[in-house]
Amino acid sequence: MAGLATVFGSGAMTNSIQEIEDNDLIFVIGSNTKENHPIVALRMIKAVRRGARLIVADPRKVPLVRFAHLWLQQKPGTDVALLNSMMHVIVKEELYDREFIVERTEGFNREFLDNLEEYTPEVGEKITGVSKDKIIEAARLYATAERAGIYYTMGITQHSHGSDNVFSIANLALMCGNLGKESSGVNPLRGQNNVQGSTDMGCIPDSYPGYQKVNLPAVKEKFEHLWGVKLSEKPGLTAPEMIFEAEAGNVRAMYIMGENPVLSDPDVNHTVKILKELDFLVVQDIFMTETAELAHVVLPAASFAEKDGTFTNTERRVQRIRKAIDPPGRARDDAWIIMELSKTMGYEMKYSHISEVFNEIGMAWPAVAGISYSRLERGGIQWPCPTSDHPGTPYLFKGGFPRGRGRFTTVRFRPSMEPPDEEYPFVLTTGRQLFQYHTGTMTRRVDPINKVAPEPYVEIHPDDALRMDIQDGEMVRVSSRRGSIRLKAMVVKRPEPGVVFIPFHFKEAAANVLTDGHALDPLCKIPELKVCAVRIEKDRA
Amino acid sequence: MNTLMIDGKYIEVPEGTTILEAARRAGIYIPTLCDDPRLEPYGACRLCLVQVKGMPRPVTSCTTPATDGMEVQTSNEQIERIRKTIVELLLSDHPNDCMVCEKAGDCTLQELAYFYNLRENRFWGERRQYTRKDANPFIERDMEKCVLCGKCVRVCEEVQGVAAIDIAYRGFQAKVCPPFERDLDCEFCGQCVSVCPTGALIGKQSLGKGRQKDIKRVDTVCPYCGCGCNITLHVSRNEVIRVTSEPDTLNEGWLCVKGRFGFRFVNSPDRLKTPLIRRNGRFEEATWTEALGYIASNLKRIKKQYGADAIAGLSSARCTNEENYLFQKFMRAVIGTNNVDHCARY
Repeated sequence: MAGLATVFGSGAMTNSIQEIEDNDLIFVIGSNTKENHPIVALRMIKAVRRGARLIVADPRKVPLVRFAHLWLQQKPGTDVALLNSMMHVIVKEELYDREFIVERTEGFNREFLDNLEEYTPEVGEKITGVSKDKIIEAARLYATAERAGIYYTMGITQHSHGSDNVFSIANLALMCGNLGKESSGVNPLRGQNNVQGSTDMGCIPDSYPGYQKVNLPAVKEKFEHLWGVKLSEKPGLTAPEMIFEAEAGNVRAMYIMGENPVLSDPDVNHTVKILKELDFLVVQDIFMTETAELAHVVLPAASFAEKDGTFTNTERRVQRIRKAIDPPGRARDDAWIIMELSKTMGYEMKYSHISEVFNEIGMAWPAVAGISYSRLERGGIQWPCPTSDHPGTPYLFKGGFPRGRGRFTTVRFRPSMEPPDEEYPFVLTTGRQLFQYHTGTMTRRVDPINKVAPEPYVEIHPDDALRMDIQDGEMVRVSSRRGSIRLKAMVVKRPEPGVVFIPFHFKEAAANVLTDGHALDPLCKIPELKVCAVRIEKDRA
Repeated sequence: MNTLMIDGKYIEVPEGTTILEAARRAGIYIPTLCDDPRLEPYGACRLCLVQVKGMPRPVTSCTTPATDGMEVQTSNEQIERIRKTIVELLLSDHPNDCMVCEKAGDCTLQELAYFYNLRENRFWGERRQYTRKDANPFIERDMEKCVLCGKCVRVCEEVQGVAAIDIAYRGFQAKVCPPFERDLDCEFCGQCVSVCPTGALIGKQSLGKGRQKDIKRVDTVCPYCGCGCNITLHVSRNEVIRVTSEPDTLNEGWLCVKGRFGFRFVNSPDRLKTPLIRRNGRFEEATWTEALGYIASNLKRIKKQYGADAIAGLSSARCTNEENYLFQKFMRAVIGTNNVDHCARY
């Protein structure tokens, strides 16, 4: 998100899910949409049935490839080279949108073009493994479409050059004028029900709600006035930095609400060690997670079905959730817990109904000021929605970019931090599968789901399996420089030779035992969960 | 635009609209079993027959385009006789076990039988006999209740893009099954369950959990990925027993396996039910007052000794906007630090 915010001035999906139907070109890169955003994929399939072209760029033969006109199987971590190469073709063949570039962007200059000059389709082919003909075809398809939408997820962002990947996507869209109109834009699909909302609400270390920077004096004053206390102007620590600072002894206590970093963060063994050493750890969750097991105090929270409130989905749509049942035992909803704790600490948060919290958010952030619970009774509303008679905003940047002009960024291809070598010859990429969800806290407690997706596995290409004499279903050991796990081999042509895939849902063989917690993107500090080097051996245990 | 007259009412509709769609737009009811506005017209059940002036015999309104000047009659003695006969024929090859059927109260076939007041049946004879298939962990299939409307087949192919099933064989032997009646290659989205007009396809987890009339329905949003699908929780005795979605929502009523079938974690016996404090290496149950007091004193102690920035908070992409707002407000206003983040902000 930091990437998009830098070049456009706002980091969110630019378009709505419904607009996908009217795309005439859909470019999906680094997103296993059919498994991870199944209902977004249905819109894509609908568009394809109506005649839209679909390009899928993914190192694995993900299910959406079945519907694609063109599949680009780039090597993991080579997206910048692929995109630069496509742009090289677009510039060479003058397929870019001259008018849009002149009127609405900046940075389409000599430096930018010189950099692209190097990335000929031949160079692209060499780095990415995608044939130059396919690169040229993809470039032409994208550039000549009327309403082209790009869709991506963590396959783009979870890299040590994740921001560069996002910049490259933005460059491509800006170059072809595919922004600021219906059914064409840049669309990061959010992987959890309220990622958009928790970011919007200021659960990020450098911003108050609504992306208002903590180090701007005027902003700080505004919130000091609203909350009636003195506030800190020092930007805080990002999640990975919290772990590093805890290791250094600078962070002594953590309060974790509804997250399971032990399984979701890279390098499990390291995370466990650091959390164990904290002076004080509070975990608030609905289950005894792997993280909660390390806590000094565990607080029982309510599930989504047991509380009122709002979620904001991937297309910026604020929607009501409603209480259907009572929480079990003494469990209480998170809002109640925070308010009570706050009161115990001597700061009273007074709200007679949860809707009053939402009204306060509207006071803090004008983009949702026009949204109220009574309006939400009639359906969700997409922000920005500044006034109570504003209908909401299905697509962004109609009149221009929040930062003025959209910015081109010169991006050079940088390889991933840990390339395969003799000792660790495979590239491991991680992700989710259709049936299980995230760290499995919820889905692994649903019996029928466990019947169809019972256990961890590693996808290996048949050529590699044959070479190592590994049979489908056989137990293997996968090791990296961080650790080692034991799981079943799934011999399948989904990844290419040399690449293996492990879903990260399963604690008994947690993929994040293997990933590297120190390979971070310099701008937004996201860990490189999509590429690390591993070794695979037949399990002799 | 075309203007046609249905039951004496003038209706203007765009080119390509079917008679059935035009009638619905005008609030005129035509019974159907096989139609779904989200699927391509099919014309299997023949219940939607109407009389068009100038045509020799009734036509299926779901597959006949409305044309300019068309005059349509949706009901007359002949049409009603045909419809009633169709329902009777369907019921003659149906278990008619409504008293134990999960679908009772939400079943199109049952509604039609009620509408046509079918107490007795003129037809009897051989009935299809199938053993209930049990290997599927999500979906209970009772093929004796199948009316061969083809909705499940079409939704799987047209919407889901999977085509796991089709109608095989002909005539009395016709049935819905996977290719060659072999293994089912299925994403278990349950779209088929959601469109089935009878009790042929039922979500297994709701079996025996409560009758339709006792169920409270609560509209909310799916807790899984970021699509934000609108779901309806079916609640019986403080337990979520089923999840459905309405066709007029942003997800058009479609859900995935997690959204439709992944709700049982809510009522899992593993749920945390009381605050726990670690004492001597073991978790002990505590009251809220004890737990919150213990947290407050420890956070105050650490803040005093090391400063506010020695405390960090991780919020959650699973929690509501309001909870996230309060969490960062707590970290910033009460603790006094900007050390607040969540794992999925990128």
